[in-house]
Order: sequence, then C-alpha cells, then structure tokens
Amino acid sequence: MSVFLARRLATLLATLLFTSLVVFLVLEVLPGDPAEVILGTEATAETLAALRAKLGLDRPAAERYVTWVAALATGDFGLSHAYSQRIWPLIAERMAVTLPLAVMAMVLTTVLALLLGVYAAAHHNKPADAAIMAVSQLGISIPSFWFAILLILLFAVELGWFSAGGFPGWSKGFWPALQALVLPAAALALVQAAILARITRSAVLETMREDYVRTARAKGLGRDRVLWRHVLRNALVPVVTIMGLQFGNLLTGTIVIEQVFTLPGLGRLVFQAISNRDLALIENVTVLFAFIVVSINFLVDLLYAAIDPRLKARDV
Amino acid sequence: MSSPAALAGRGVLRRALRHPSFASGGALTLLLVGVAALSLAWTPHSAYLIQVRQRLLPPSGLHWLGTDTLGRDVLSMLMVGAQNSIMVGVVAVSIGLTAGVALGLLAAARRGWVEEAVMRLADFGFAFPAILLAILFTAVFGPSAVNAIIAIGIFNVPVFARIGRAAANVVWAREFVLAARAAGKGRLRITLEHVLPNILPILVVQATIQFAIAILAEAALSYLGLGTQPPNPSWGRMLNEAQTMIFTAPLLAVFPGIAIALSVLGLNLMGDGLRDLVDPRLARAR
Repeated sequence: MSVFLARRLATLLATLLFTSLVVFLVLEVLPGDPAEVILGTEATAETLAALRAKLGLDRPAAERYVTWVAALATGDFGLSHAYSQRIWPLIAERMAVTLPLAVMAMVLTTVLALLLGVYAAAHHNKPADAAIMAVSQLGISIPSFWFAILLILLFAVELGWFSAGGFPGWSKGFWPALQALVLPAAALALVQAAILARITRSAVLETMREDYVRTARAKGLGRDRVLWRHVLRNALVPVVTIMGLQFGNLLTGTIVIEQVFTLPGLGRLVFQAISNRDLALIENVTVLFAFIVVSINFLVDLLYAAIDPRLKARDV
Repeated sequence: MSSPAALAGRGVLRRALRHPSFASGGALTLLLVGVAALSLAWTPHSAYLIQVRQRLLPPSGLHWLGTDTLGRDVLSMLMVGAQNSIMVGVVAVSIGLTAGVALGLLAAARRGWVEEAVMRLADFGFAFPAILLAILFTAVFGPSAVNAIIAIGIFNVPVFARIGRAAANVVWAREFVLAARAAGKGRLRITLEHVLPNILPILVVQATIQFAIAILAEAALSYLGLGTQPPNPSWGRMLNEAQTMIFTAPLLAVFPGIAIALSVLGLNLMGDGLRDLVDPRLARAR
C-alpha cells in the first residue's frame, strides 16, 4: 500500500506544481507586464513603476514564482489588489455558498443516477429502459445554464415558488439560504445525473452477466436482493470513479451557474476579479479550484484501490 | 488494392443509414449545417439590423420567432449563430485533433520516456478544468471568440492524445505492421501509411463527440460574456441577453437553448451511432 500511496502522492504534488506553473505563466509571463494588465494600457509610467515595486514585479519571474508557491504551501494566499484585503477570508466567505451548492448537486446527482440507472438495467430492453436512456441522452445535450434558465422560467416566473436568483446568506436562517440553492443545484445535477445514470446502467448490466450473480440467483435469492446487494456493490467501482470526476465538474460548473442565479460564490469572485483585473485573486482562486479537483481525483484513486485490491497489485 | 480501413469504411457506410441513432443524429447535424449554409445566402431579416421600435415583438408571420430587446429578428440571429457554432466546433476540434493525434502517434511510435511524458501531460490536461483555462485566457488576452476557441481547442489536445495513443498501440502490435517493419519501413512511414489510416474511424467518432462538447463550451463562455462579442450573434450570448428580459419576454430564453440542445443532441447521437458501427462489440454489449 505504501508504494502505491507514495506514487499517487508524488503524482498529486507534480500535478499541483505544474498547475501553479501554468497559471503563473499564463497570467504573469505571457502578457509581458502584469502591472499593465492590472492598470490598463492608459496608465502613466510612474503609476506602473509604483505598482511594479509594490507587487514586487521588478524581481525576476522565477523568483516571484518560487516566493508565491512557497507562500501557498504554508496556506498564505496573499493580498487582493482590488479589495485591499487578505485573499483567504474572501475565499472562505464565498466557499460557504459554492461548497454547499456543489455538495447538494452531487447528492441529487447520485440519488437520481443510481435510481434511474439500476431501474433501467433491471428493465433492460423494455420501454422503461428505452425511456430512461432517451431522457438521459437529452439531459447530456442540454447546456446546464440553459436548464437553469428554464428552471427559473418555470419555478420563479410562472409558479413563483423560488426566487429567480440571489442569496440571502446563511445568517438569515438555514432554510431560506438552502431554498436559494435548490434550483442551482438541480440545474447542475441534471447533466451529471444523465451521464452517471448511463454509466450505472451499463456497469449494472455488465455485472449481471457475472457467474456469481447467477450463483446467487440459483441459491434462491430474490431478484431485488441480488440486484441491490450483489450487483450494485460490484458495479459501484466504475460508478465511484466517475463520481469523483463529476464532483470536480460540478465544482467548476458552479462558476457558470452562480452567474445565472447571481450567487455570491467562488465563481462570481473569479469574475469580479477578472473585471477588477485582480491578478493575485485570479491566480489563487484558480489554483485552489485545481487543487480541489486534483485532490478529489487522488482520493478517488485511493478509494478505488480500497474497493478493488487488484488495481494496487498491478500498479506496484 | 484497398487497405483494411477503407474496406471497413465502405461496410460502415452501408450499415450507417440503417442505424437509428446515426440516421437521426445525422439528420439533425445536416439540418444544422444546412441552416448555417442557408444563412450565408439568405435570412428572413438582417441578423444585425437594430430597430428599437420593433423590440420584443412576439412570434408572428413577419418575425416567425419574434424580435429581441433591440428589435433584431430572432430567427435570423439563430441562423447566423449556427455559423458561429459550426466554426467553433471545427476549429477547436481541428486544434485538438492535429496536436493531440500527433502527440498520441509520437507516443505510440517512440514508447519509453516520450510516451510517459505525453501521457503525464495528458493527465494534467484532464485535471485542469477547461473553463478555468478559458477564464485565464480571457483574463489576460481579453474576451473574444478567437480566445475562447483556442482555450476549447487546447482542452481537446489531451483527449485526442490519449485516444490516439491507445488506438495506435493496438495497431503497432498487429502483424501487418511487423511485416512493414521487416520490409524496412521506418517509424514515420509506418505511422503515416499503416497506423493513422487504421485509427481514423476511432478518431472520427471522438471528433464528433468533442464537436458537441465544443458547442456547449462556447455557448457557456459566450453566455458569460467571454466568447463571441457583439454584434456577432451567438446562441450563448442570446441566452444571456434573454435572461435580463425573462419576466417580459420569456420565449426569448427558449429558442437559442433549443438550437444548442438540438445541435448537441444530433452530434451525440451521430457519435453514438458511429461508435456502434466502428466497434460492433460495444453495440452488442449494450
């Protein structure tokens, strides 16, 4: 296990380092002068020089990169130029919206996908299967932000059950805040649930062909019991892997969905940072996003190895 | 003499039209291409003409799908928007195909550390969220259709690198490649004459699916204001503008979404159908 763990951990660190390097190169080296990006092309030579000195841009790029990564490693996200405050509290505040949203969407995705996927597999080649497959094909083809707009049209404009956007904040009570996240979470979940339902269905179909399933049935176990106890458990391996990838997709999907519902989450923070030309904030939030996505994939790898020990053996 | 790939291709074509999802997907895709081609020559009205007095008209005989907040004809904008979506798909997929397949073929032909390096690079591409890459790009170079397309294209590179390598490795293990090597052909020649033609069907299937993903990605970026800029019509931006009018003119938020969904659905169905036709084993497993 330790060799496997060390290998995976090394890959994780390498990916993170590479990510930070790409972000740094795109934002600070490619444009030539970051001070010009921040201040715009009409800035005077003096203000540019002052900002360069303030941000330490007069130092060589390699030195700036090392300083930045070293600070990141200790959890120091630095200062936001536009907000004139430390970046970490800004991120923490926005996380309180983005994280619950992504988790809600993931729960919705999982419940929907497992129910639909297993049901479709159990009714293989029957009308219910065909219907579920058709709906999921449609779900994959619909842009999530358009589905979000359709949800607003139905539930906010026509029925008035939910507000069309905005977030009251957790301080105004748990339920109003949660209610504001229901439509965004549903919009995010649709596409991912459609993908996951298809994968669950084919994984269950595959497992149902295994010998031990026939043995379990021959022993006299009921159909449903075999399906939920024996088949689903074994079919979960590919499903869990995809779920890990999907959580990353959901997290970055919040960037678009938060814009649709004007939710004050991390995604909107990135957008405000772009219009404020707040490079430090863009850099750090981007790396944070990548960090979360890569870490989840790492955890899934570990989980995967725990579920299926054969993988570990192959890797060493 | 025909190559095995060409023979298989002819067989695929014959079965293709009888395959339900390929046929329906193909029809939708043809419709998309047809509308875009038609819009080059004719649209019911100008997609750019602003007539504020004609703003927010409901669908009628004159304006089949109504007009938007600036009085532009929605159907005409959708038609011209189809050009935009096709252009994005073609360019983004071409970037991914060219660079990705080249890397994948190189990895398969060279093996060893070259293969390792290409695959680690591909892993990184998968770990780094595409939308973040696009946002970074537009943060530095400014929002534009070209920058959005480049970002989507870069995202496609690892996809094709991985698939190209896996497929090429299978071909490299075949006997006819061994025969070619025995005949004294070099790696480059074998790659171009034997490997590439044989992995082409798989690449076409993936290209179809990436095309659909590119249309979705461009729509999202344009919705966010990071893609196609005014006055060029794009389905994503039309949805953004429609959302501000959602209480007064809800239909405006419906039509562009249908256009995106139908295009993506068509390409996805076609890709699924092609995959069944190229790899009949998968079709049976379903």
